[in-house]
Parts: sequence; C-alpha cells; structure tokens
Amino acid sequence: MIRVILPAHLLDLAGAGGEVELEVAAPVTQRAILDALEARHPALKGTIRGHDGGPRRAFVRFFAAGEDLSHDPPESPVPETVATGEEPFLVVGAMAGG
Amino acid sequence: MSRIRLLVGTAKGAFVLTSDGRRETWDVRGPLFGGWEIYHLTGSPADPDRLYASQGTGWFGQLVQRSDDGGESWQPVGNQFEYEGDTGTHQWYDGTPHPWEFERVWHLEPSADDPDTVLAGVQDAALFRTTDGGVTWRELPGLRGHGSGPHWQPGAGGLCLHTIVPHPTNRERLVVAISAAGAFRTDDGGTSWKAINRGLRSEGIPDPEAEVGHCVHSIAAHPDQPDTLFMQKHWDVMRSDDAGDSWHEVSGDLPSDFGFPIAVHAHEPETVYVVPIHSDSEHYPPEGRLRVFRSRTGGGEWQPLTRGLPQENCYVNILREAMAVDSLDPCGLYFGTTGGQVYASADAGDSWTAVVRDLPRVLSVEVQTLP
Repeated sequence: MIRVILPAHLLDLAGAGGEVELEVAAPVTQRAILDALEARHPALKGTIRGHDGGPRRAFVRFFAAGEDLSHDPPESPVPETVATGEEPFLVVGAMAGG
Repeated sequence: MSRIRLLVGTAKGAFVLTSDGRRETWDVRGPLFGGWEIYHLTGSPADPDRLYASQGTGWFGQLVQRSDDGGESWQPVGNQFEYEGDTGTHQWYDGTPHPWEFERVWHLEPSADDPDTVLAGVQDAALFRTTDGGVTWRELPGLRGHGSGPHWQPGAGGLCLHTIVPHPTNRERLVVAISAAGAFRTDDGGTSWKAINRGLRSEGIPDPEAEVGHCVHSIAAHPDQPDTLFMQKHWDVMRSDDAGDSWHEVSGDLPSDFGFPIAVHAHEPETVYVVPIHSDSEHYPPEGRLRVFRSRTGGGEWQPLTRGLPQENCYVNILREAMAVDSLDPCGLYFGTTGGQVYASADAGDSWTAVVRDLPRVLSVEVQTLP
C-alpha cells in the first residue's frame, strides 16, 4: 500500500478526506504512483504533471523519506520505505507567496 | 418576481450573490474553490442553472468546473487545452520569438442556445470550443493561424484572449479581443478571421496605426444594434458602427480615457458605461474618486455617477471582466474591485451600494436575470 499526501488545494479538488492510499504494483516508481493517483482521482490530471504523464509542473515538488525526489527520473524506484507504505510520498506545492 | 444571481470570480475563490428583483438585500455564498483563482464564472443563456468556472493557480494549472444546479454543486470537467498543429511563435515582450504556450482560460462564453457548447478564450491567445459540456476542448486554429500571429505581443497580463462577443442572430459572426494584438472578427463560424483595428491608434508601438499591436481591454455590444461595438482600449474609448471594420474615438469629456471594462445598458443601445482609471502605471481612479461614467449618446458626452461610491481615498482598480448589467427594468449594473468590493446599482447607475466590501481581489463579475 502506497500512502500519498497531497497539498490542500489538490486534496479539495480530489475530494479526498486525507491521506490517499493506493495499490501500486512493483517496481514502485514516481510514474506508477502518479498513474495510480490520477486513475483514482481523475480531477488531478494535469495539476501535478502534464497530461498523459507529462513533466512535473514547475511549482510542484516530490518528497519522501527525507529526500527531495523532484528531479529524479519518473521511472526511478522510490525509496523502499515508500514502496512498503512505511513512509508517505509527499506532493508539495512550492513555497511561494500570494 | 425575478431574481438576480451575481457570479463573482476572485483571486481566492468564487462567490454567488443572490437577490430578488428589488436588488436591495443580498445573500452571499462562498468562497467556492477557496484558495483558487477564479478568472471567470458565468452561466449559460440556454440553461441558467448550467454554470462554468475557470479555476486555476500558478502551482496546479488550469481547471474548468461545471455546475448543473445553479452553483449548488460542481464537478471538474476537462482541462486539456492543446493547440492544433504547429504552434509556431508570437513575439515576447522584447520582440524576440516566443513559442505559444497554454497558460490559462481568461473567458468562457456559453452558447446562446446549447448549454453544452462553450467558447474559451485563453492565454497564450487562442480560441477553444467544447460541445460536450466542457469534457473535451478543441482549438479553432484559424484565429491563431491568422497571418499576423507571429507579430502578436503580450500585454502586461500576458497574451490573452479575454473578450468574446457573439452576434445575437448571425451565428457565423463573432468578435474577439486579444491583448495586445487587437480585435478580430470571423464571419464563417471561426474558420477564418480578419483583424478589425482600422481607426485604432496606439502610442508606444512603432506604427501607431498598425494592423495589430493594439491593447484592447474590452468590447461590448447591445443585441438590438449588434454591429455597433464599444471598445475600452488601453487608452481611448472607441466606437464602431460597422462590426469593427472602422473605429472612431468617443472618449469625449472623460477625465481619463484609460480603463478596463465597458458595458452597454440592457434596454438602451446608446447608453454606455466605463470606469476611468488613472494610468499608465498607477491603475487607480483619478483623484482617488471612484466614478462610473455613463454616456447616453453612444459616447462623446459622459456623466459621472458617484452617489454611493467612495469619493476620496479610493485607489482600487476595476478589471476588464468585472462589470455586468442585468436585464431588469430599470437596468441593474454591477462591478467588482481589486479591493474586494462588489457595488450594485438598481437604477441604471444613478446610485450605488456595496453588496460586499471585503472579498479577495475581484477578477470577474457576471449577472444572471432569473425568472
């Protein structure tokens, strides 16, 4: 079970009550997590990355297990603690005012 | 008795304000989509309970929301806006070529007779259409493919298509405006387009009378005189009586001919409203006095309307989408400010009251007159 934490804007948009739990087959990659997330919540398509698996939006970052994964290739496996559900995969809106 | 529903888009969500036909007391509902920019919120003329909202943030991009019950509930619909074919380049602020990139939807224009058909004016400037209630969007590429496209340059808000004026009887005719390219018209349903900027004069561009390069802020028309167009340009209030083929200036005795919105009275095709703004860089009312100006002569002679509006220390702006008229008699007018006030007049502008005072920055105001 993969655990995903979304920023407040996207949590509201998805209509998710809180942490999102997803079944993702191994190997667990960023792309696989985002594919599963968008399949569960289609309203999120285009808000985290481009449509059809396009690049990460510039003001969105990915963190997990104390690491910034934002610049990792989408096909690279996420840390083992994320793949086992021990730690969540965090989608974060970049810090910017307004 | 008729009802009025005001649809207000702000920098931090949408608000729905309702009143009966007296327009004296208002119920305020919102924020909807709290924290999101709502660039435009509007209703279908064919089904007033069908609403559309352009929702976005710089973080998470563009969304479109649809309501089928007058705003009680909403569902996100399609947000994929892909240009057709080779996107090519327009000019960047410094005159260098810049690839066309989708940024946001500025304006949604539902069809007069089909609630599922909507036009969307977007940044970078292009026109999209849905015929399935917003689920899918497809570009009408003829506009962006106009031969002048590579010479279009953005205004301060970006290269945005912000105004869509459908013709009430000729479904093949449509006028749009792009900052800072100018106005364009199609007479074949969007397949081909003509630049309609003859008579516009813009200081600060190499050729002040160029075919394109004019920063048109807004255009309005009355359905009884659909080929008479009124334009608020970056500078100058303009009028055309031939569907945009030629324009002449009607700024007349305005204290400033700069401004953003322009509106026409619901029952008097020669009664026009603007809100003069001090510019080029200040963008607030002249002398700190918020005044709507009304012309009952189709421009040229303008009367300040001040009763109920702040006449000192007022330094808000009124954005291009943020003024609307209802169709009651007497005609009601509404506008929102960057300071979060929404003002209403139930007597064609003679007097005003603030419906709300402390909303986020108001980006758009639309009004529905309901049975």
